[in-house]
Amino acid sequence: MTRQMTGAKMVVQALKDQGVDVVFGYPSGAALPIYDEIFLQNDIRHVLVRHEQGAVHAAEGYARSTGKPGVVLVTSGPGATNTVTGLMDALLDSIPLVVMSAQVPTFMIGTDGFQEADTVGITRPCTKHNWLVRDADDLAEVMHQAFHVATTGRPGPVLVDIPKDVQFATGSYTTKNKSETAHYQPRVKGDIDAITELVALIEKAERPVFYTGGGVINSGTGASQLLRELVGATGFPITSTLMGLGAYPASGENWLGMLGMHGLYEANMAMHDCDLMICVGARFDDRITGRVDAFSPNSTKAQIDIDPSSINKVIQVDLPIVGDIGHVLEDLLRVWKARGRKINKDALRAWHGQIDEWRALKCLSYTPDAEIIKPQYALERLQALTADADRYITTEVGQHQMWAAQYLHFEDPNRWMTSGGLGTMGYGLPASIGVQMAHPDALVINVAGEASFQMNLQEMATAVQFRLPVKQFILNNERLGMVRQWQDLLHGSRYSQSWSESLPDFVKLADAFGCKGRLVTDPADLDDAIAEMLAYDGPFILDVMVTKHENCYPMIPSGEPHNKMLMGDDTTEDAIGTAGAALV
Amino acid sequence: MSALRIKKGASKKSAYDLHNPNASDVQSHTLAMIVDNEAGVLARVIGLFAGRGYNIDSLTVAEIDHTGHHSRITIVTSGPPAVIEQIKAQLGRIVPVHEVHDLTLEGHSVERELALIKVAGAGEKRVEALRLADIFRSNVVDSTLESFTFEITGTPEKIDAFTDLMRPLGLVEIARTGVAALSRGAK
Repeated sequence: MTRQMTGAKMVVQALKDQGVDVVFGYPSGAALPIYDEIFLQNDIRHVLVRHEQGAVHAAEGYARSTGKPGVVLVTSGPGATNTVTGLMDALLDSIPLVVMSAQVPTFMIGTDGFQEADTVGITRPCTKHNWLVRDADDLAEVMHQAFHVATTGRPGPVLVDIPKDVQFATGSYTTKNKSETAHYQPRVKGDIDAITELVALIEKAERPVFYTGGGVINSGTGASQLLRELVGATGFPITSTLMGLGAYPASGENWLGMLGMHGLYEANMAMHDCDLMICVGARFDDRITGRVDAFSPNSTKAQIDIDPSSINKVIQVDLPIVGDIGHVLEDLLRVWKARGRKINKDALRAWHGQIDEWRALKCLSYTPDAEIIKPQYALERLQALTADADRYITTEVGQHQMWAAQYLHFEDPNRWMTSGGLGTMGYGLPASIGVQMAHPDALVINVAGEASFQMNLQEMATAVQFRLPVKQFILNNERLGMVRQWQDLLHGSRYSQSWSESLPDFVKLADAFGCKGRLVTDPADLDDAIAEMLAYDGPFILDVMVTKHENCYPMIPSGEPHNKMLMGDDTTEDAIGTAGAALV
Repeated sequence: MSALRIKKGASKKSAYDLHNPNASDVQSHTLAMIVDNEAGVLARVIGLFAGRGYNIDSLTVAEIDHTGHHSRITIVTSGPPAVIEQIKAQLGRIVPVHEVHDLTLEGHSVERELALIKVAGAGEKRVEALRLADIFRSNVVDSTLESFTFEITGTPEKIDAFTDLMRPLGLVEIARTGVAALSRGAK
């Protein structure tokens, strides 16, 4: 039996059928029929943000911390265009989102109507797919397809644009099970011959390394479990990209730490010197590879990815395996066990000895300061004082983000939400709101810089309205720290526009928003301040005044390979050549 | 370099400049894809080429299955082998793209393009144009006392050759469809 209902009701019905419990959004004219249906029901909570970009980042935080798609509802025109940054962010980081935008009525499309924008045109390159629904009879099916596409294969954001007359029109509702989704079915099982070939490489490898990424987390907690089993059984060292932190526990004995531009010395050196690189759900991003023609020159490279376009895009690999990480790792383990669980023990022992020598360099050491809080120290203390909590961390973008990735330890997947591919300042605060909505009782901390924090600080009002006790841990250096660092490296320390004057008083700001804040400047007070933040039952802004000119190390300067890292005590003069200077 | 010298809109990056002599590993590939005939599907495909900096040397698109709402897009593109592979993988990611075939790699294929070519002239040039058209098996589809419009079908190279011959004989205007292609054989 097909049920007749209005388009607006179908939207809400489809969300319920898809198991959606939270929608992040902002109403206006063209979206009002859907908002009326939201009003008339109690199953789905709507979180009113203060800017649509915040809604998308909140949905990203929700999605990344649950593995479920995040859902956004915005109005036409500016509502839709304000989602663009978030959509691009989610596309680059493979975060499943379903964004519904209202549109002017179909008969007004193309007339430059009030709050009209070509939303599907504008969002086409920043979504995995999008739809403009012109007929109420198609709406339910498109809604179900949207969830299918967002969550199947390599996840990503999708957008459904719904004209206002379609929301008012009556049509027949198609259930989730009856919807046509057969066409889009990316391959999940890896080629068993290629998997067997990889097992043969694993058996012989002398200097292997697992290079893992966000794909492991996207594949689900089962994939992380399989990865842990595989790493534990083979004893191979493992590193991860920024996006993959938590798939393998930081306390695990084979953990090398994060790799890449601000990765750990031992991780980057292992990548450079390995003879077998097993890339699992990572995409050889330029933050990872450094100089491409000198990238891991002597290794056989295997890559497991669900997206064929990730293979041979930047780095030519020797053994590609297209498939879902969970499925491929399961087969890999099975074949490896069936062939007798062989590894090259003697060579591996020597390899671990070499890695221990690199580790002994202690690349994350820094010069302590009794007077001023070092940003690294602040994060070390945050780690120490929250290690026992089931803790969710979001970040903004910049130096603090890299320090958080270096000094905070992640034991489980879905606990680390950060903007990797797009590097979106203003991501962390709204993301923390999305995470807290999904995990009301968990400890959620946004590690922020004072500059990034200001990019979406209006969302503090959202946190207060919905009683979301998100902790804003601001490392305040009164600078755009990463910009200033690059100006040190590339532009003779001429700090063009990379400092902030007239910063707000964040404690008063917290007060103005109706939550609590505290300023801490003395290292001796830091533990007490963190304890107060953790104990406070509500949103909290901790303004940590840190060293103003601290650079983030280790660093692979632009245009250099993995084995040419700058360490904390290196000079930054002439560290980057002319070719590197042109890179981002 | 193609010998075509059409002034309007012509540039070094002409869509008909199929052979770039400066890049030795650059290959020309003919890609055929079956897509859902839905709004915006062509924009998705060409947006991918524009956004990622790939070449489109020729493009044709038309519905091929009215009941199934399928269209066939044929694109002639050029680039080093790794870029061609990446183009195919990226096309395969587009949700309404069902199949991507590299006709250049999948064995032999037939490629045809249609062109309409207007030539104006009088006297011996007019006779010569008609004689050459006959040799190229080109039909006259419109004529006035001062002009002929020829229809010619063939490979892009054949059309290039024909237009080169027509230029001194009074070539006025040319319209080309771009390449349509099918693999040879029974399947």
